[in-house]
Parts: sequence; structure tokens; C-alpha cells
Amino acid sequence: MPKDPSIRSILIIGSGPIVIGQACEFDYSGSQASRSLREEGIEVSLINSNPATIMTDPLTADHIYLLPLTPDSIVSILEERQIDAVLPTMGGQTALNLAIEASKLGIWEKYNVKLIGVDLDAIELTENREMFRQHMINIGIKVAPSYIANSFLEGKEAAQKLGFPLVIRPSYTLGGTGGGFVHKEEDFPEALKRGLNASPTHEVLIDKAVLGWKEYELELLRDKKDNVVIICTVENLDPMGIHTGDSITVAPAMTLSDTAYQNMRNAAIKMMRSLGNFSGGCNVQFAINPVDEELIAVEINPRVSRSSALASKATGYPIAKVAAKLALGYSLDELKNVITQTTSAFFEPALDYVIVKMPRWNFDKFYGSDNLLGLQMKSVGEVMAIGRSFLEAMQKACQSQENNRMGLGADMKEWIRTDDILHRLESPSDDRIYRLKDALRLGVPERTLHTMTGIDPWFIRQIKHLVNLEEKLMRYNVAEDIPLDFFRELKQCGYSDAQIAWVLRINEEEVTRQRLKLGLTRTYKTVDTCAAEFDAKTPYFYSTFDGENESIPSENKKIIVLGSGPNRIGQGIEFDYCCVHGLFAIKEAGYESIMINCNPETVSTDFDIADKLYFEPVFKEHIDEIIALEKPDGVIVQLGGQTALKMAKDFHENGVPIIGTDYPSMDLAEDRGSFSDMLKALNIPYPRYGVAKNAEEALDLAREIGYPMLVRPSYVLGGQAMRIVINDQELERTVLNIFKHFPDNRVLVDQFLERAKEAEIDAICDGEEVHIMGIMEHIEPAGIHSGDSSAVLPPYSLSEDVINTMIEYARKLAFALNIRGLINIQFAIKNDNVFVIEANPRASRTTPFIAKAYNVPYLKIATLVMLGTHKLKDFEILKELTGYAIKVPVFSFEKFPNVDKQLGPEMKSTGEAIQFIKDLKDPYFRELDRNRSMYLHQ
Amino acid sequence: MSRESFKPALLLLEDGSLFHGRSVGKVGTATGELCFNTGMTGYQEIFTDPSYYGQLMVMTNVHIGNYGTHKDENESDSVKISGLIVKNFNQGYSRQLGDSSLQDYLEDNAVVGISDIDTRALVRHIRSKGAMNAVISSEIDDVNELNKILASTPNMKGLELASKVSTEKPYSKGDYTSNYRVAVMDFGVKRSILKNLEKRGCNLRVFPHNASFEEINQWGPDGYFLSNGPGDPAAMDDAVELTKLILDSGKPVFGICLGHQLIARAIGMKTYKMFYGHRGINHPVINVKTGLSEITSQNHGFGVDKESAERMSDVVDVTHVNLNDDSIEGFALKNKKIFSVQYHPEASPGPHDSRYLFDQFLKLLSEN
Repeated sequence: MPKDPSIRSILIIGSGPIVIGQACEFDYSGSQASRSLREEGIEVSLINSNPATIMTDPLTADHIYLLPLTPDSIVSILEERQIDAVLPTMGGQTALNLAIEASKLGIWEKYNVKLIGVDLDAIELTENREMFRQHMINIGIKVAPSYIANSFLEGKEAAQKLGFPLVIRPSYTLGGTGGGFVHKEEDFPEALKRGLNASPTHEVLIDKAVLGWKEYELELLRDKKDNVVIICTVENLDPMGIHTGDSITVAPAMTLSDTAYQNMRNAAIKMMRSLGNFSGGCNVQFAINPVDEELIAVEINPRVSRSSALASKATGYPIAKVAAKLALGYSLDELKNVITQTTSAFFEPALDYVIVKMPRWNFDKFYGSDNLLGLQMKSVGEVMAIGRSFLEAMQKACQSQENNRMGLGADMKEWIRTDDILHRLESPSDDRIYRLKDALRLGVPERTLHTMTGIDPWFIRQIKHLVNLEEKLMRYNVAEDIPLDFFRELKQCGYSDAQIAWVLRINEEEVTRQRLKLGLTRTYKTVDTCAAEFDAKTPYFYSTFDGENESIPSENKKIIVLGSGPNRIGQGIEFDYCCVHGLFAIKEAGYESIMINCNPETVSTDFDIADKLYFEPVFKEHIDEIIALEKPDGVIVQLGGQTALKMAKDFHENGVPIIGTDYPSMDLAEDRGSFSDMLKALNIPYPRYGVAKNAEEALDLAREIGYPMLVRPSYVLGGQAMRIVINDQELERTVLNIFKHFPDNRVLVDQFLERAKEAEIDAICDGEEVHIMGIMEHIEPAGIHSGDSSAVLPPYSLSEDVINTMIEYARKLAFALNIRGLINIQFAIKNDNVFVIEANPRASRTTPFIAKAYNVPYLKIATLVMLGTHKLKDFEILKELTGYAIKVPVFSFEKFPNVDKQLGPEMKSTGEAIQFIKDLKDPYFRELDRNRSMYLHQ
Repeated sequence: MSRESFKPALLLLEDGSLFHGRSVGKVGTATGELCFNTGMTGYQEIFTDPSYYGQLMVMTNVHIGNYGTHKDENESDSVKISGLIVKNFNQGYSRQLGDSSLQDYLEDNAVVGISDIDTRALVRHIRSKGAMNAVISSEIDDVNELNKILASTPNMKGLELASKVSTEKPYSKGDYTSNYRVAVMDFGVKRSILKNLEKRGCNLRVFPHNASFEEINQWGPDGYFLSNGPGDPAAMDDAVELTKLILDSGKPVFGICLGHQLIARAIGMKTYKMFYGHRGINHPVINVKTGLSEITSQNHGFGVDKESAERMSDVVDVTHVNLNDDSIEGFALKNKKIFSVQYHPEASPGPHDSRYLFDQFLKLLSEN
């Protein structure tokens, strides 16, 4: 029974579309909170405008409101339903801001809704940097010297008092927007102007910069009795100066003595207890001077945050779930640790492993963007890796990135010019850790690197160890020469077989063969919150090369689902939504469900979603070994986006059963030449195209195809490096640029259908029947990537003939490609002629959107069809939609001040929202329609 | 991290389990009871805590030695564990305030250690089989010989060890003009306990474990403190007899860990050897008087029997309970100024949540 009997119905506010600084971690926290509240018999309503979320599923909450996050929407919900309390701490800054706004408008008061898990005055205090600073001084916690400025004049006075370098921090902004370091006086006016503009109250705080101080984060939980526990302590490898969201972070803290740590713990508890009266999660950031261990507070966030999702995955302690219970009035001592089920939730997790979180950047998507890392977060996703040493976790993190790195260096992508390397270390960017290793390899002293980067000597020495190991490894010629103990040491330090192969200049297969011959296989350990002190009930595993294996495969029939790795542009939360539903369907069909993924923000890596979770890189070597251990009945690659699909070839060649559409069919759809041949045979029109190996050939093709043309490298994701060209000169430049970035590739040249309409179909095929899930018409014309287009479901202007033709083509293609499961087909329509642009034999970005708009459990149906346990005719599918649903892309351009909002064939949006409209007179739709071509660019 | 040059070492358990690793610290052989500590900070404080005397310490945190050692972070004048077992050992360290690497420190203190052990497997083993003796060696590779050494290693149960770590002569600490004269019974007292009492203005006189009640009383104490320490309280009849006299003195008494167990035995409660003990800095304890909870630092392999507390509920008031296993963490004697806790409110290492207990003791002294 809930502790507060007056609360029976709760509204949770979600975080809306994904933007940089606010990603799917809030789907994780929101859905955890919702499940946690429902366990207590609470009726949960949920508002979020992001359709690609698990939290907005009928499985998660009792009442779902897919509405814009505005006070109007809140009022309409409160009019419709009796809500006793609102929980606004699970949806990031967006949810809090909405709660604050609604509070100012008196909405909560009017409808007699209690705010739980939050104290708005406390939020106000922590968001206003000057108030925060004063408050810290009042309770005896040190902060960096700083001044507040509401004007240009005040700003300049502050700079005069503080000297340079200094930091400008606009008040009330998300993820450090508009802030930054100023190293030189001449850069100050411009930076000050940007900061004042970015703040909604035109207020900035100007701090003395404590560059190079060690940076730490603590995750806390507090209950109504004022009991506080520290769930996780995270050390930033990148010291003060780089936004924590853009820093490589490590847990537990690696370089803290107990004296220094307890000092920090005491300060964190004091800070949290001083902040009003609320029960829930809180994140505190500190800086420590490495010279004398002086401690200063940097900031405090009294809500569930990105780092609490990470802390939950890092420790196994479900912060959001417990925070939701605390908001209901429970105290920590009344709750159990869900991992052990026998011990108390009032405790501090002990780790017997190391986790490394590594951000995933996508600078290539923002041309002209400044890729320097600083106060403003620029990464679009992150990975987490777990190992039994820092180096093992660090290298696994690199392998999880999915950017063709095989680990931390030793993979052909190293730099060799000392000057270039040192320059990059001075201006940190997304490759800093790799350049650090390059520098060590070239003999740059550790001390110099510490001075340049501020990175703690402990981490530098660890990475230097890799350099030493590689030097030793180079002495061998073939894999058979490597002694067993040394081989084990390499693997324990996280080396992939591919890296070892590269150092020896031999084939990866030779290394793997020899390794398996020596019996060097991975063992799996449990993440259990308590360093094995108590028996854990939770099947949450990571791999290492240690003695005992704790993951004992069952005799059950089982299916593995491959996740989609880190979020990045073109592959985000949608695929996690698909994976989670896939797992549920697998269980329902009577199989054991096994998840493999490395993205800590996701719901799929929550330990109570799959029957078994392997928190591992979606990287060939790791996957192969899990398959060898588990011997699954099959692997699903259709749900994890392009990342998972890419693995299909390897599975096919090694005889691992792929569930659903088989590899040859997938390959047929992916290969432009054979796919076009197939379209031709099926009598389906497609734009003229050609393949060129060099610029010469591309120019010849231009004669046949005619301008404008679409130019792109073969086999890339999300339209990467895709351009529209209108003459020979541009074509030549584009082709040369592609070969520079993608050597050994081929260039695809397509006829660009100017002013054509675009549309797409998502469908399910069971081999006998094709079910059209939805047809979406894009508001924007062809030339803008489908992920950046507003898609209207169902079509609003296409003729019946055109729609019927599209359906006919979709059916033909699904059968011809022998699809078992999902397919997405993209069309261009010009003068009522329908062209097929591409077909994707997998879940698409729009699959969750359609499922939400029609309220049909499509992912479940598709998974059961893939498994072969059901046929489409077994389901009664009822689409519920009045009017239209629009999928609206959301961008994060404000993070890149020098980048224009130019849309083209390369995807740039970070997230999406759903908007329901009754009819085409809707003003929202009319606005989108009016602007449809405005941002089209090459 | 210079793992390039290493010497192999062996770890052999009483039940025959054998682990291979690398030598750290001093080259040699060490025996003792295996126990594990789950703390992620504070290795130096653990190693020098006299309560760990004679034990082989398994650290579950996977990197040990990262921040070196610091002279102010010793809990006694030497390393008290008999041997160290870790996963990854750091030869070098990073801490500008530090004075030495852990390797040098262990060598200076003649401590034998072993690294590159699957410490998690070892902890799971102890968890299922219970605490047991073991031997580490980086000089003997003959298992038979190691078994012989193991056979001569005494069992912790029934072992008196306080005499090995207690001061030989009484000494004074703190403010000698203070009105709070506290007699500290040293069964292996940690420095931070003395520091906590000193900081609160106490005048301390630290007595050896075998001091007589008369000798102590000659100094004229206003209150007594019974310290932590190693070994089985059931093997300490003399100390229990002394404790009875102290409890009857009518003056405030505060006991920690072994001191807590001695008070229990002195009033007729039982103590027992736990299956694998509580050792770490994250143990949850609820203060049943205030309803508030605290994260505590713990280190004990023996405990006070719950049934005897229930049986003696007319005199014993249980004040603190472990939230994980409901074991007794603290009690007070009804209508007396006597209280004690099983855990370590002085922390070091560990959270400072429970330091209020020292204030509570000072309050009793001031009311006296």
C-alpha cells in the first residue's frame, strides 16, 4: 500500500523529443518510475510527445497522452481525469520546466494536484547560479569565485576582477547551451553576448575557471526522513573544462583516497539536505584541486538525470524505480534491494569491476560546426563498458562506439605526426583519448601530457601500459608464438583479436583460432550491487577474462536480440523501442529472451526487461562468444537498426540462425545493383542510377542520368556524406571528397527527382500475406532525408491511384525479397508516377510512430511472425486513428552556433515528436506545409 | 603497473582450492583467516586496522594502490593484516599529497601479497563455504609444503588476539586539563577513535588489555571506552571480568566492536562466530530509537547473539539493527550510562554518518 493514501492517481511528465543533452535516458527513468508506481497500485497517466518511447506504451502506463508538452495539454488531461499528484522529476529539464510553468499559472493549485518528488523552490535555487553560489557559501561549502551579470557592463566588470581564463554560464539553460570558456580578453565581448542571449532571463554567471581540476559526480537518493545514500561516485577522466556529458567517465572513482572521498560525501549530503524538502534522486558535481585536494562544489541537480541512468546501469541500483517509491512517501529502510531481494535498499553499492562511459559524437553531421569540446555538451549518445580493470573497460568502450575502431588504438587508425597530435591534445575534440595514446606511443613524456590535458597521471600511466604491451607484442611474428600468460594479459587489458592481428600484421582469424586453441575464452560476471557479498537474483552480465564464469546457459529454447549501440543521428531511441518489444514477444512465444547492448541510456539494458542481459559491445568478437556460450535458437537482427543488421553476414557465414528474413534477401535489398535489377524484373520504376569507382566515371554517368543528381558513398547510414549536385564542377568536388573520407568505396549516383513528393510504407510479411502497417506522406519534398521530414499518416494529398500503386509495389517487393518480419520502403512520386527509392528489410525509424498512432502492437506482431510461431492471419488488427498523425523531426542546431539549419539528403535531426491533427485545416499542419521547401539545401 | 617483471605466487585455501597469481609486497609466505572487504576507498586504513590482525585480506575493489599511501591515514603504527589478495595491483600511484607507493609501503611493513587473483570468485567461494584459513606464498611452490603450513595455522574461533596488538604500557593523549577523563581499554584501538574523542575535548589515558581495574581507577577516570580489536571475545575471560567491574562502576561506558561484544559477554549475553562476517563501508543500520538510518563502516567476524538480547530484554535495550540481516548492531543497558555498537562510528575508512555516537558519549560524560 502506498504510504500516502491520498495519492491514488499520478501523472508523470516525459522529456519530449530527443535533443543533445536530453536523450533516451528519460524514457528509461520514466518507464521505470511508472512500473514502480503501478506495483503500488497507483493509476499512472503519462504525457510525452515522443512516440518512440517505451514509457508511452499501454504496457507501461494506464493512460497515455501523446501530446505536446505545454500547459494547455496539462489542463486538458486534468479536465479529463482525476489526478492526485504529478511526478515531474523523471523527464529531465523539459518536464521540470513544464511543471514550473504550470505552477506559475496556478494549474496545479486549481486542480488540487500535489507535486511529488520535487521542491520547486529548490529547483529555482539550483538553476539560478547566483542563488546557488550564495546558498553554498551560507552552508559552508566552497565554490569557484564568481560574479553575476545582467548586462554587458556588469560582465566586463566581473572579467576585470576575475582575470582570464573564466567561464560564462547562462542561467536556466539545458546542457550548458550558450556557455563557454574565455581564455583571452579579446574573445570576451562575443562570448558574453552569446551567453546573455542564451539565457531566458538574460543573466549569466561569470566564474573563475578551475581548468584541470579533477572532476567528480555523486548520485544521491534521499527519503522523507532525510536518510541519504550515495549510489555511485563517478570520476571524469577528462578534468574540469569539458562538459561531463562529453567526458569519458569512470566508476568507481579511481584516484580518490578515503579521506578525500568522505570529505566529498559529507559535502554532497550537506548540500542535498539543505535543499528544501523533497524525496528522490539528486546529482552533485565537485572539483578537486589535485595539488592540495581542496574541494569546491560545481553544481547540484535535484532530479533524476542522465548520470542517474548511467549510475543505475553502472551499479545495478535502479535509481528511478526507488526514487518513484520515495516520492510516494516510502523511506529507504522500508524498501528492499531488488537485485538481492533480501538486503535493504538503504545501502551504497560496492563495485568489483570498472565501468567506463564514453560519449558518442556526430560532428560529421554538422558541417562547419566547431568540434572543440568545452562547457557545452555536443555528444549525441554514449556507450558504457564493464571490465575487471580500467583498461579492459576502456578498450571495450572504444569497441562499443561503432565507428570502426577495434579498441583504444592498435587498429590502423593511429596518427603518426607528433605536431598534429599535440595540437589535437591542446584543443580537445572527440578523438582526444586516441591522440593521448598516439602521443605516448611516440614517446611524449607522461608529465608533458598531464600538463597539456590535465588528465590524472594514473590514467595516463594506464594507457602507457598499453603502449608497452604493444611493443612487447610486436616481437612476435605469428599468433602461435604468443605465450599463454601474455596472451591472457592482452585479453585482460581489453585487446580485441583484431587489434592483436593488426600489431602482428596477420589475419584476425589466425589470432582468434590460436586464442580458442589456448582456451582463452570470455567468462561472465554478474553486476550485483554488492561485490558478491550477497547472492544476486538478477541476470545482468558482462564479460572478462577471469577464472570463474557465472553465466550458466539454460536448457531453454532461446533467442538473442541485438541492440543498436550508442544513439547517434539516424539511429536512436526508435530501435530500442523495437528491441524491447521484441524481447517481450519472444518471452510471450515461450522462449528465453537474451539482450546484448552497450547503451546505458536505454530501456533494453534495464536488467528486468530480458530474461538475460549481456551488457557488451555490439562488436563481432563479443557477440560471437556469447553465441558460442548460449547456443541460441536464433538471433534477431531486424530490430537493432543498421548496427545489428550489419552482423547478419557474419552470422550467415558461421551458420548462426537468423530469425526472420534471411541474409541473402537482406543483402539483395542492400546491394544497389542487384536491387535495381530486381525492380526492373518486377517492372517497378526507380530513378536512373549508376555506380562509379572514380570521378571520371561519375562524370560519364552524369551524361546518362542528367542533373540534378544525388551523390553518396555506397554502404553508409543515415545518408552520411550524401549531396545533391547540379553541375560537373560540384559533382567532381563531391566525389573527390567522398573518396577522401571513404577510400576503397564506390560512389552511387542517382537521378534526383526535383519537386517530387516522398512517401514511405512500413509493412510486415509472413511469406503468405503482406500487411501494410502504414503509409506516410512527407510534407517536405524529395531531397530532404526522410528522417528530417515531417511524415503524415495516412497520406493527405496522394491520389488513390498512387496509393494503390505504392501498396502493390510494396507487396511485390516483400514477396520478392522473401521478407519474414518487417520492411520499410521509400517512394518518390513525380507527376503521379511512383518510383521506389530504397527498401530496408528491418524495423525502421517510423515503426514505433505507426504503432503509437494506430495503437496497434506492431512490434509484437512482427516479432511473432519472424519467429514463425504466428501468421498474420492469427491477429485481428484494428487501427484506431481519427484524422492524421504527424511525425515531426526535432533538431539540436542551437548546440552548434555556426551551423545553419540547412536540410538535405543527410539526416541531421536528433529526435522526433508526434502531433495528432483532426483535419488539414489544423494551423500546425498549415504552418509546416507552408515552410515545406524552405530549408532544402544541397 | 610495471607488470613486466613479476614473480609468480600461490594462494591455497584450507579446502584445497588453489589460485595462481603474482607476487606483490614482500616476497615470502603468509597465513591467516581469509576475509573480504567491499570498500572502494580506504585500503591503507584497512591494512593498519588492528582488528584485522592475523587475517588475509581480499579486496573486492579491482584496483588497489592507485593513490599510494599517506602517513596520516594509518590506523595504527604498522600494517596489521597478515597478507593481501587483490585483482589489479598498482606499483606506481597518483596523489600529490601521497608519500609512498603501496608496494614500497608493503615492503617496508614486510607484508606478503598476491595479485591477479579472481577475487570475485574467491568472495563467492567464501560466501558459500564460510570463512576459512589460507596461505599465500611467493617463495614456496610445493602445495604439500603449503598444506603443512596451513595445518599449523590456528583457527580464528577461540583465538585471543588482543594481546598481540594492544599497547604494552599506558599512555596519555588529548587535553590533560579536560574535565572529561576517559580510560581507553586498548584491545587494538584505531587511531581515529582516539582522534574523535580528542577532538571532542577528552583527556585520554590508554591502558593495555591486561591492566587491572585498580590501576585504571587510580588515574580517576570519568568514563570508560572499550575499543575494537581482533579475535574471539569468547576467548577473553580476563577482559570480560574487567568489563564487569567497569560496568559496575556507575560511570559512562562506550564500546565499539570487540568492546561491544565484551560488554555483551560481561552481562551474560552470548557471542558467536559469523559465517563470513561484515566487512565494508556500506552496511545499513537503523537506529531504532530515532527511526533514522546510517551507512556504517564494519569489520567483524563475531557478533552478539540476538536471542540472548531478547531473553535479557529487561536489562538490554537494542538500539541499532542491521537492515540486511536484522543482526544486533548496538544496544544500551537500561537505566545505565552504558552503550555500545558493533560497527565503527569513527569510520576511517567509511562514511561519517555515525559520528554522533561520540557526541552521545560526551553528553553522558557531561551529565555525570
